[in-house]
Amino acid sequence: MSETLIDLEFTLNGERVRASVEPHLTILEVLRNEFGLYGARESCGQGLCGCCTVLVNGDTVSGCLYLAAMANGADVTTVEHLDANGTLDPIQQAFIECGAFQCGFCTSGFLMMSRQLLDENPDPTEAEIRHYLAGNLCRCAAYPEIIDAVKLAAQRRKEAALA
Amino acid sequence: MTRIETGPIEAGQAPRQVGRGINRLEAHAKVTGRAGYIHNLTLPRMLHAKIFRSTVAHGRIVSIDTSAAREAPGVFAVYTADDIRRVMPEPYFGPAFHDQPILAIDKVRYIGEPVAVVLASDPHAADEATHLIMAEYEELPAVFNEVEAATSDVHVHEELRPAGTFPDLKHLAGRKATNVALDFRVRRGDVETAFAQAAHVFDDTFTTQQVMHVPLEPMVSVAEPGENAGTLTLHTASQSPSFVRIEVARLLGWAENRVRVRVGLLGGGFGAKLYIKLEALAAALALLTRRPVRVALTMEEQFFTITKHATTFRMQTAVSADGRITGRRCEVWWNGGAYADIGPRVTQKSGFTASGPYDIDNVSIDSYQVYTNLPPAGAFRGFGIPQMVWAYESHADMIARKLNLDPVEFRRRNLLRDGQPHATGTVMRDAALGLVLDRVAERMNWSAPFDHGGGTVRRGRGVGIGFKALVAPTTSVAMVSLAADGSCTVYSSTVDMGQASDTAIALMAGDVLGIDAEKIKVIRPDTDSTPYDMATLGSRSTFHMGHAVRLAAEDARAKLRALADELGVPPDEPARAGDLLKRKYGMQAGNIVGIGSFIPPYTKPDHETGQSENITPNWMIGGTGVEVEVDMETGHFKVLRFENVVDCGTPINPKVVDTQISGAAIMQLGITMFERMEFDEVGQLRNASFAEYKIPGIHDIPHRIGRETVDAYQSNGPFGAKGVGESATFGVASAIAEAIEDATGVRIKTLPITPEAVYRALCAARNEPLPEE
Repeated sequence: MSETLIDLEFTLNGERVRASVEPHLTILEVLRNEFGLYGARESCGQGLCGCCTVLVNGDTVSGCLYLAAMANGADVTTVEHLDANGTLDPIQQAFIECGAFQCGFCTSGFLMMSRQLLDENPDPTEAEIRHYLAGNLCRCAAYPEIIDAVKLAAQRRKEAALA
Repeated sequence: MTRIETGPIEAGQAPRQVGRGINRLEAHAKVTGRAGYIHNLTLPRMLHAKIFRSTVAHGRIVSIDTSAAREAPGVFAVYTADDIRRVMPEPYFGPAFHDQPILAIDKVRYIGEPVAVVLASDPHAADEATHLIMAEYEELPAVFNEVEAATSDVHVHEELRPAGTFPDLKHLAGRKATNVALDFRVRRGDVETAFAQAAHVFDDTFTTQQVMHVPLEPMVSVAEPGENAGTLTLHTASQSPSFVRIEVARLLGWAENRVRVRVGLLGGGFGAKLYIKLEALAAALALLTRRPVRVALTMEEQFFTITKHATTFRMQTAVSADGRITGRRCEVWWNGGAYADIGPRVTQKSGFTASGPYDIDNVSIDSYQVYTNLPPAGAFRGFGIPQMVWAYESHADMIARKLNLDPVEFRRRNLLRDGQPHATGTVMRDAALGLVLDRVAERMNWSAPFDHGGGTVRRGRGVGIGFKALVAPTTSVAMVSLAADGSCTVYSSTVDMGQASDTAIALMAGDVLGIDAEKIKVIRPDTDSTPYDMATLGSRSTFHMGHAVRLAAEDARAKLRALADELGVPPDEPARAGDLLKRKYGMQAGNIVGIGSFIPPYTKPDHETGQSENITPNWMIGGTGVEVEVDMETGHFKVLRFENVVDCGTPINPKVVDTQISGAAIMQLGITMFERMEFDEVGQLRNASFAEYKIPGIHDIPHRIGRETVDAYQSNGPFGAKGVGESATFGVASAIAEAIEDATGVRIKTLPITPEAVYRALCAARNEPLPEE
C-alpha cells in the first residue's frame, strides 16, 4: 500500500535480523510474514485478548497493535524462544502437567505473561496471578488449570534456585 | 439398546489405556508456539479475500457498483454472486436447507450478510478496497423477534428449500409465505385432562439471548486449485471435513474424490465451525482466480457468520397436590436468523427434551425454527439444550417455591428413572439422573443450614439438572494401521478443537491393541486419507468415533491373529505385529490395516406425535449447584461456589474430562451473566468486538469450582463411555437464577442475568420500578 518501506534491524529471539516493512504493519504481521513465527496470533485485533503477546525490550506488548517500525533496534522475544536452550521452560512444563489449555490458541500469550509475572514476582499469590493475567482470554476457560500451572512453575523455579 | 462388548485385552500386553489421566498428545506443540492451525497457513501466490457486507437488514439489491474497488491499487479482482455462478450454477448451501447464497442474490436478509468480495495479494489492499464498493438497496420491512416472525407478514424467504439430507424435512419443500422453517411436535397422554384435574397450574415465559461462540482462532479457509484441472484442496478450520467435501462437491457438480479437505488443530470451535461456512466462497474464488485464496474473518466478522439461537419459551405445567408433575405444555420459538444452517435440527433434537428429565405422563411440545432478519443461528455447545434447561429448570424452581418444597426434593420426586419411558416413549437406560442430583446436593452440603446473610449483602443457592439425547443416527469410520516395527497409526476424521480427541482416540485404540497411547500417532483429518466421519459435534465423537476406532483396532487384532495362525504361531503366544510382519515378508515391511465403522440403532420419531422407541443411543447428564452473594443496593452478585457434576459413563481420560467440565460450565457462566449480542432497532449489531462483548476472563471465575464424574457405565458405549463436552453447561443458568431468588426474593426470567437486571427487579419488587431503557 505505502510506497515507503522502513528498514528495520532488531534482535529476534537472540538473533540479529533485518527487514524492510511498510509503516502500517504490526510486529505480529512481520513475525509471521517475514520470519515464519506463528506462536503469537491475532485473534481480537484490538489488544484485548492477549493471544498476540510478545516481549519488546523486556516488556509484554500486544503484537497486533505494536507497529513493527517501533521495534527498530529493540530486543524482541516470542514464545518460540522459551525453549531455546533445548529444554522447556518451567512455565511450559507446568502448563503441560496442569493441562492449562484446551485448543491452545491463547496459550502462547498466557505463557509469555506468566513467565513475565514470575520474573517480576517469583512467589505470586492467587490474587496476584489473576490480576496479572486479567488481560488474557481463554475461550475454552482453562483458567483454573492456568492458575495451578503458574503456582507450580513458581514452586519449580524456587526449587531450581535453591538447588 | 444393544450392549456392545469391548472385550478384554490380550494377556501380557500393555496395561489398560482407557481411564489413564494423561497429557494431550499435542501438548508440546501447544506450549512451544508450533501447533499447526490453518490460521498459520500461507501458500505461494495466495490471494486474500475481504468481504463487503450488507448494511440493511432486509432489502432488494438494486445495484452493486464495484468499479472503484476494481481500480484500487493492488486489487486483483472484485466478485459478486454473478461471478460465483460462473463456477457454481446454484450457489446456495446449508446442511438442512439450501437457502444460503455464497454471496447475496437478489436480496439481502441481515446486516452483515456477504454481498461482494475483494481479492488482493496484500490483505490491507483488499480491505481498503471493500470501502469503495457501493451497493444500493430497496429496503423492505424486517422482522427480528422470533415470536413475531412466526406469524408475521414479512417473509425472510419466499419459499422453503430443504436440502433433502434429512428425510423428515422433505415435507417442508416449496412451503411459501412463512418464516417457520420447521415445526416439530411431541404428543403424549392427555394434556387437557391433566391440566383440568391439576391441583396447581403454572404458566411462565422465559427467554434467552443471541450470543456468539467467539472461537479465538477466527474462522479461516484457504482454497487451493489442484495440480490437475478439476481438483481442489480446502485447508480449513472446520469441525466437519467430510461434510465440507460432500457439500463443495455438490455445489461444483464434482465427484467427492476431486475435493480434498484438510484440517489442522482448531483454535476452538464450540459449534461455530460446523457444516459449511467460508469453504464454499473460498472454493469458488480459487476456481475463478486459479490461485490459492485465503478467506479469514476478523473477530468482528464472526458475529455476522453464526450465532446461538435466541429463544422464547412458554412453559405450562400441571402439578398434583403432592408435588408430582402431571402435565406439561411447552412452546419454543427458536430465532434462527436469516439462514437455517443446522437450526432445524436444534429445533427437533432439543425440542423433544422440553419436558425435562422428569417423568410426566401428559406432554405437548411444539418447537418452531423461525427465520428472522438477524445473523444466522446454528449449533452452539449443547445444541439448544442449555436454553431448554434454563426454561424447564427455572420453571421447576418456581413450582417448588410455590409449593413450599425443597427444590432438590421436588426434583427427586419427579426425576425419570431407568426403565421409565421418556415423553417420546423411549425407555430410559443408563441415565444417572438421580445420582448426579444427589452428588450435586452432597457437594453443596444441601441438607445443612444455610446462612442467607442479611442487610445489604444476601446469599442464596440453587441447583439445576439437565440432559441431552445424543444426536442420532450418524456414522463414523476409522482405520488403524500397524507397521512392521509394531508402531500404530490411527486415521480418523474427528477434529481436535481442544477437547483432546486425538488423545482419547489413542487411548481407545491402545486399549484394544495393548499399546501405550503416547506411542500412537493419530492422523489429522484429511479427506484424501482419513475416512468419513459425520462431524465433530454434539459430544458425539467419544461414542461414535470411539466405537469406530475400537472396531478398527479389534479388526487389526483379528487380522494379526489370522496372520499368526497362517505362520503357525501357537495360539497361546501373543500375536505381535512387529514379529509377524517381519516373518511374513522377510524384512521390516508391510502393514496390518484394520477398519471399523459405526452407526447406532435409531428409530425416527413419528411426525405427528414425536414418539419413538429409540430416539437416542444415550443420554448425557449434567448438574450444577451454585451459591451467590448479592449486593442488594446495586444488584451486583458474585458466584461463591460452583459445583458441577456429570454422567459421562467411563471417563476415557479423566484429566481432560475435568477440564471439559469446568470449561463448559464457565462458558455457560458467561452466557448466563453477561454475554449478549445487542441489536439496534434496524437490526444493526452494536457490540461485535471484545471491547463491548464480554466473555469470561480470569477474574470472572468463582474461587470454588468443583467438578465430578459420577460412577456410571454406559452399557452400549465404547468402554462404557459417552460424551462430555457439553454436559456441564446444562444446569448453570437456572441455578444462578434460583440462587438469586433465594438470596433476594426476585426472579429473573430473561438471560443474561446482569447486575442491572437484578437491580431493576429489586426496584420493581419494592414498587419503585425503573423506566425502561
